[in-house]
Amino acid sequence: MNGKVFGALLLRDAIVARREIVALLVRTAFQPVLLVVVFGYVLPSMGMIPRGYATTMVPGVAALCLSMASLMSVAMPLVVDFGFTKEIEDRLLAPIATDLIAVEKVIVGALQGFVSAAIVLPLSYLVSGRAAGLSLSHPLLLIVVMLLTGAAFSSFGLWLGTVMQAQQMQVIISVIFVPMIMFGCVYYPWSGLEHLPVLKYAVLINPVVYASEGLRASLTPAVPHMPLVAIFGALLVSLAVLLSLGLRSFRKKAIT
Amino acid sequence: MRTEIHISGLRKVYGQVTALDGLDLDIGEGELFGLLGPNGAGKTTTIGILTTRVLATSGTAVVAGRDVGKDPVGARRMIGVVPQRPNPDRSLLVGENLVFHATYFGIPRAEASRRTDALLEQLGLTDKKKAKADALSGGQQQRLMIARALIHEPRVLFLDEPTVGLDPQARLALWDVLRELHGQGRTIVMTTHYMEEADQLCDRVAIVDRGKLLALDTPSELKAKAPGETIIEVTLDRPLPDEPLSLAGVTRTEVRGPVVRAFAERAAAAVPSLLSFAESRGYAVKDIHLSKPSLETLFISLTGRKLA
Repeated sequence: MNGKVFGALLLRDAIVARREIVALLVRTAFQPVLLVVVFGYVLPSMGMIPRGYATTMVPGVAALCLSMASLMSVAMPLVVDFGFTKEIEDRLLAPIATDLIAVEKVIVGALQGFVSAAIVLPLSYLVSGRAAGLSLSHPLLLIVVMLLTGAAFSSFGLWLGTVMQAQQMQVIISVIFVPMIMFGCVYYPWSGLEHLPVLKYAVLINPVVYASEGLRASLTPAVPHMPLVAIFGALLVSLAVLLSLGLRSFRKKAIT
Repeated sequence: MRTEIHISGLRKVYGQVTALDGLDLDIGEGELFGLLGPNGAGKTTTIGILTTRVLATSGTAVVAGRDVGKDPVGARRMIGVVPQRPNPDRSLLVGENLVFHATYFGIPRAEASRRTDALLEQLGLTDKKKAKADALSGGQQQRLMIARALIHEPRVLFLDEPTVGLDPQARLALWDVLRELHGQGRTIVMTTHYMEEADQLCDRVAIVDRGKLLALDTPSELKAKAPGETIIEVTLDRPLPDEPLSLAGVTRTEVRGPVVRAFAERAAAAVPSLLSFAESRGYAVKDIHLSKPSLETLFISLTGRKLA
């Protein structure tokens, strides 16, 4: 019975996500692709940065897209779902444990992040003139890293979507997301922080770091990156912490 | 009559506020039962607990044999809920709202589609099947909520103030739907703060206020208990001292700020003496309202306040 209900909830979200795919891509993939256009094509053509920079940047930008898409595709609908009329109520009344309704959201969010990144990656690759050193020799590693990152960040979205109000969105983007992106090893590899030891260890609190390094480890294995054990360990810890925070606040919001 | 809903010692405390203060109630199978009370009486909290969306602080509630606290998933299978404010899934079309809700209850898609068509027909929404939920009027959205609450054929239907915000025509149409459902033998629990609604529709009515049950009976028995006096409420332009007034034709008075509530055998005799009292003391009369013996006067005599 639970399986059937869970499947129906998944199908609902999949259909809604398919209808809103263009909006999702505009929101989450457009900016990363433009970043690659500027940093992977325009600036190198002007000779202002080396061509090889794209090798560092493309995995980082894909990680950025993956994590933000996973987060936003759960957080934004939840703010509406728990808004004025509590639209999610028809699902909360389904005969299934409340936690499973939240877990279903996390799964769909992770998949949406996966799709966004899967579109951004090849585009970035082409735009940046087939960034040197990018390889698909570890497809399984890439998929696992992407799914794990997606799940961690959609759990983050579950938490944010159930604790924040729509009006706070702008503030959260400026105060939380922008620093997370800037200090998330998106534009530079973690090993490059060698000369800035304080920053090197301070950024470890930021889960975006592991997303970026995870994609670097999968796409540019030859370039120095954080050890896989650290990447997987940190992503799993992030997932566990964010999911339990998210489930707790989802429950609180669902049942008063 | 078999008991379909059993509530005992139900309490709900939100921080400092006691929303429900030890409610005991039994509702029989097939009953159309009304919970009547002003805003803040605890009606919505009661429905919230019975429909597993609110956790009781203490006490038990059993719906169709399922303890809502211990087996919420089981209880959800037995109930349909029409919320206070229509909350269709706005990402889906009208028809999809129903089909999906049915599949959330494990109903196969083909059967869900068949039931959707039948319910849309029954509730006059067939031509809206492919419309966006947002494009429906308030009355249509409310009917969509009823269709959604019925699609999995629940044993008990809960409606929380279903007619608030509806125009009179939509309200009457909704009453017809409820009468029809009641005729089919379904147990229906509704909250309302409209006396007339409780009077017209319900088999039995519970009057609640401040989280407590004040009276419970059929509408006609409740009306028979109402004080045999007309209540005249006069609103003045400013508060007056809270002391009993002695006026010709008036049995007794209650003063609350600028409102004087007078109980009288004959309104025709009481009204002039109330008006001349106000004039002699230099008050201006802002409003005057008469309530004949009814559920409303019973309610005022029980709670000391008006419903709406």
